[in-house]
Amino acid sequence: MKHETPLLNQLESGPWPSFVSDLKQQAEVRAKNEENIEFQIPVDAVEDLLGVLELSYVDGTTHWKHGGIVGVFGYGGGVIGRYCDQPQNFPGVAHFHTMRVAQPGGKYYTAEYLRDLCDLWDLRGSGITNMHGSTGDIIFIGTTTPQLEEVFYELTHKFNQDLGGSGSNLRTPADCIGSSRCEYACYDTQALCYDLTQEYQDELHRPAFPYKFKFKFDGCPNGCVASIARSDLSFIGTWKDEIRIDQEAVQAYIGGEMPPNAGAHSGRDWGAFDIQKEVIALCPSDCMKYEGGKLEINNKECVRCMHCINVMPRALRIGNDRGCSILAGAKAPILDGAQMGSLLIPFIKVEEPYDEIKEVIENVWDWWMEEGKNRERLGELIKRQGLQKLLEVTGVTPDARHVQEPRSNPYIFWKEEEVEGGWDRDIDEYRKHHQR
Amino acid sequence: MAFISSGYNPEKPMENRITDIGPKKYDQFYPPVIAKNKGKWLYHEILEPGVLVHVAEGGDEVYTVRVGGCRLMTTTHIREICEIAEKHCDGHLRFTTRNNIEFMVDDKSKVDALKKDLETRKFPGGSFKFPIGGTGAGITNIVHTQGWIHCHTPATDASGTVKATMDEVFKDFQDMRLPAPLRISMACCLNMCGAVHCSDIAILGYHRKPPMLDHEYLDKICEIPLAISSCPTGAIKPAKVEWKGETVKSVAVNNERCMFCGNCYTMCPSMPLSDQIGDGIVLMAGGKVSNRISQPKFSKVVVAFLPNEMPRWPSMTKTINQMIEAYSKDARKYERLGEWAERIGWERFFDKCELEFTHHLIDDFRDPAYYTWRQSTQFKF
Repeated sequence: MKHETPLLNQLESGPWPSFVSDLKQQAEVRAKNEENIEFQIPVDAVEDLLGVLELSYVDGTTHWKHGGIVGVFGYGGGVIGRYCDQPQNFPGVAHFHTMRVAQPGGKYYTAEYLRDLCDLWDLRGSGITNMHGSTGDIIFIGTTTPQLEEVFYELTHKFNQDLGGSGSNLRTPADCIGSSRCEYACYDTQALCYDLTQEYQDELHRPAFPYKFKFKFDGCPNGCVASIARSDLSFIGTWKDEIRIDQEAVQAYIGGEMPPNAGAHSGRDWGAFDIQKEVIALCPSDCMKYEGGKLEINNKECVRCMHCINVMPRALRIGNDRGCSILAGAKAPILDGAQMGSLLIPFIKVEEPYDEIKEVIENVWDWWMEEGKNRERLGELIKRQGLQKLLEVTGVTPDARHVQEPRSNPYIFWKEEEVEGGWDRDIDEYRKHHQR
Repeated sequence: MAFISSGYNPEKPMENRITDIGPKKYDQFYPPVIAKNKGKWLYHEILEPGVLVHVAEGGDEVYTVRVGGCRLMTTTHIREICEIAEKHCDGHLRFTTRNNIEFMVDDKSKVDALKKDLETRKFPGGSFKFPIGGTGAGITNIVHTQGWIHCHTPATDASGTVKATMDEVFKDFQDMRLPAPLRISMACCLNMCGAVHCSDIAILGYHRKPPMLDHEYLDKICEIPLAISSCPTGAIKPAKVEWKGETVKSVAVNNERCMFCGNCYTMCPSMPLSDQIGDGIVLMAGGKVSNRISQPKFSKVVVAFLPNEMPRWPSMTKTINQMIEAYSKDARKYERLGEWAERIGWERFFDKCELEFTHHLIDDFRDPAYYTWRQSTQFKF
């Protein structure tokens, strides 16, 4: 190795896969170059990356410079410029840009396709990736400016594959595994995610927004892609009718023939399954009872939290009248504190061509692009102008589902048109009955 | 190193240009058993840690073996993943949202050979390449950000803190002994690219010193009004500064109002704030995203600061372990860490986890702070 890395070497021991070992094996593969690849960026890029990381471990701070505007022609997103602040010591990573590659829904791959990506990135980049970035994209880490157009050309011409989003754009939408392999999915998350991604390619690649904007798609209220915490518009599958019950299977759980919670608790002896304690008593809306050997659910009172279904997946199934709820405005703390998504649409059908959903999205965008300040996330605009305003611009009828509780302060901003007779009154008329 | 052109002609960038085609369509990558049974799955079961079976209405089954992944991975490693997928799974695989890799087979008889193959692959340093686990009431892979490996704003490393933590909690990656799933997440600065603010336990990199001011370059590199407006506490104002005998336009920072978010640095590279001593780790706990039983919750700050201790962050992993063990011992079946903390009360949470409560843990940021103070005589001694 080019650089001594005594601190990083300590991260090679222990059972969890070591990224240091992986980087070292990559450095060796490049140095040996048994495939005779004509590397288009320095062959020792990985060794220099280990070197610069070791330096960060020694002095407790990053060695990557801020910014650097690079990209591919016509796009404002998908590429992030990155330069090392110690280029003389680590010339292999002096220029080390990131390319975001849009990932397929559900993150299913074939080996053949992944190998194509590897071939491309070995030739034109460092051979280092993130599988995957936090937004969900395949991330290529480390290449130089002249390679950016070349990588983009090959992705589009050979692989029928586009870059993802970065900057003040729609970020690459991400979904859960959905109905492809999950019995809880209330709609086809991949189909909706793909359709909206295609529909809004322009918004994804050309910055026109005040700040980033994220869509995420959860098939059910379990929320495996955490859409409620990290997406400006969160689509969470749900249903309106009855939970389907198989009473025989309920008995099988009670009798111990089927493991509760699909076997998720098998690492400890929690004692025999107790339907009263583990299901009925934990129901947040108290809408279930087990009497005379029969499980009954008062579906009107059910809040669809998923607990009973998770505990007895072979006995209880989601309803048939399915769709999704849409929540708006989730974000991490920067700038104004963390926000969870707030309920905007309690229930909407998820059916092609998704026109109703697109109308909601476009109304939200029109408002945010008009009123949002630079670097203001949707959630912050909702806080600044109010949820009432969001409902107004999206044409959603307010109902009790929109709040945890009604307001406790009576400072109501009545609009003039809401008050009979308007706000213009005659002071002289008033004075006829009220002395000064 | 001769330049190889792919066919792109910089003289005519628009010639034959293909844009806005989006990602590959998801269904061309489905394994046949998934394509056939999409939308027809009846139920699933976790057969052992890391091994799932999903059963379809027609009786088809798919067995999934889930293994931990590093997120940061090289093409050499990905090629090995491809080789395994071809050997056992007809060339199909998928990644989970928590950066695990899932190998799927359509028959139970194929599971053992796959598991054996995965278990025997190790790096020369001794770590597993493909540890099986990450399911049910245990600890799955940690989602994380870039850290020192490739980011310009981090207050700590991401891959290193995650490796150190996952080594420490590895038994719970391969076990399902906890009361409920426990999700650990990591973000190397307040930007939280990974949005870790709703995790059972969150590791967060944090700066503690106000930005330095590079007066010589500030006005040349930055838009001063943008730097000023970027500050959520209004701590930045314009200033004229004497610099090497010249008066230059720059900014002044009211250090007492700075809460070290780094947003000014994001807008203005001449205001760096990273520091060897100032930077370190905040630990948060008790968040979740699922709607199961209780509503989604934010994580709360439970340790205001731990120093960066490279390469293995022992104080951080020790504190995380204390929380996991106290939770494991005390919580009820199905109870998430945050639900447990709320049931026993946060005062008791700090006792049981042996954590010190300091003044830094009392919220003082704007209006929401008020809603976190206690307005009651109902508390525990």
